[in-house]
Amino acid sequence: MSANATERARSAYRAGLTLLIAAACYEVVARSGAFPAALLPTLPKVASTLATSTLDGTLPEHAAYTMYRVLVGLALALAVGLPLGILMGRIRAVEHFCLPLASALMPIPSLAWVPVFILWFGLGNTVAILVVFYASLFPILLNAWSGVRAVNPLWLRAAGAMGADGTALFWKVIVPGASPFIITGLRQGFLRAWIAVVGAEMLAASDWGLGWLIFDAKEFLNADLMLASLAVIGCIGFLFERLVFGSIERATVMRWGMVRVAKG
Amino acid sequence: MADLAPAASPSVVIARASAQRGESRLWIIARNAFPFLVVALAWEVTAHLGVFPRKLFPPLEEVAAAFVRLTEAGILPHHVLDTLIRLIVGFALAAIAGVAIGFAMGRSRRAEDVLLPLVSIGAPIPGLAYAPLFLLWFGLGNFSAVLLVAFVSAFPIVFNTWTGVKAVKEIWLRSAQAMGADRQRMLRHVIMPGALPYVFTGLRLGLAQAWRILVGVEMLAAVPWGLGWMIFGAREFLNTDVMLAGVAVIGVIGLALEKLVFQKLERYTVVRWGMMA
Repeated sequence: MSANATERARSAYRAGLTLLIAAACYEVVARSGAFPAALLPTLPKVASTLATSTLDGTLPEHAAYTMYRVLVGLALALAVGLPLGILMGRIRAVEHFCLPLASALMPIPSLAWVPVFILWFGLGNTVAILVVFYASLFPILLNAWSGVRAVNPLWLRAAGAMGADGTALFWKVIVPGASPFIITGLRQGFLRAWIAVVGAEMLAASDWGLGWLIFDAKEFLNADLMLASLAVIGCIGFLFERLVFGSIERATVMRWGMVRVAKG
Repeated sequence: MADLAPAASPSVVIARASAQRGESRLWIIARNAFPFLVVALAWEVTAHLGVFPRKLFPPLEEVAAAFVRLTEAGILPHHVLDTLIRLIVGFALAAIAGVAIGFAMGRSRRAEDVLLPLVSIGAPIPGLAYAPLFLLWFGLGNFSAVLLVAFVSAFPIVFNTWTGVKAVKEIWLRSAQAMGADRQRMLRHVIMPGALPYVFTGLRLGLAQAWRILVGVEMLAAVPWGLGWMIFGAREFLNTDVMLAGVAVIGVIGLALEKLVFQKLERYTVVRWGMMA
């Protein structure tokens, strides 16, 4: 136990040291003047840009727009993908109809649809939301499908023998049984949605959103603003992954004992 | 990382189930074609009814005509070729760097401590968010596009290789050691094959990532040729038929990358060595 703790302390120490050295190297290069200051701003400048744009409310507003698009798109994808995936897992006719379509559409990157959607729906929120929907639909759909298929048939028969009717079977056996897959699908869906929304905001310029902010900053050579918004994008993605999905996982699959808590 | 474990793709699962049920090949083809026919029919009816402007919602024969026209003129093949070269170069860079870094992180505690924080900071930022920065630093065009594709697709490769090397069973290492394997043999005959299923998963995820990013990068980086640029440029002239033809080609290439490249590679290595069912 204590050996483990010292080991971990040393890892943390080394990690901190690495980051410090990397930051110092960056700072030296930025200050040496080898590259124009507009392209390679020093870290204090990035930090002060981050602070001022957060305090005057522009950065939070951009972030709010981006979050709104991601959440609406993700909710739509969940509303469509989850029931359809479960139906595909339970009913063979649905599976035979939807699976070929899904396998054909999945390899098309969501960003390839951006120009088409721009033509159909104009610039703005709709394009970004639809792109998020498209990006996150397939991971959710396919994971729900394979989750339902992977439910141990023994559990189904055991529940049936114990007199569970269709509803009870669905809610008490199939949904918990498929839940690790469903949550994995949601996670992957979010990761893809997060990538897609940034790209969609850059291409379907709509005045607000973190992707738009970065892309717009390029025009004015505001590398400090770009780096600041990159940091915000990374932080939100990371927090979402850790806090939101981590707590969903703890509240469902871990409580139901579907997966063991990873050690270390 | 949510998607670490190697898994069989949906088509493989279905093919296996169909084979078990003893269905004929013709029936399977017909069954797979049916949904596409339904969707195509719905598309045709909508397009011909004139609910939407024809320029924005062209019937399929116009899309097909655009495809044939562009292919005959040699424009589409040129776009495809440029996109594929970018993909291959970027992915090759990512594969070399990613596997090397992943192996180093898996084998050496020091390398892990140093590299993991850097990699974990870079990974959660979506790849395209780096695009403007790369464009600013390296200029518009090919160099930025390839570099960005390589940078972005390296992350899943690093993570999976690292996990794979760490997931090699302790008992294999110890028994190889007991049988007198030196460091080199251990690496070549135990660790590399042992980590390979994970490395392949990483490569596959990396390639998928590269493909998704590349299309977007081509739209942003103003490269002279490339499928992403083709469909983005077609928007200016309301050439929806060209755009849809381009999207279809992108889908076919994506499917081919998955089916032809990786499933074959897996069959010849990890499946043959009995590492994966």
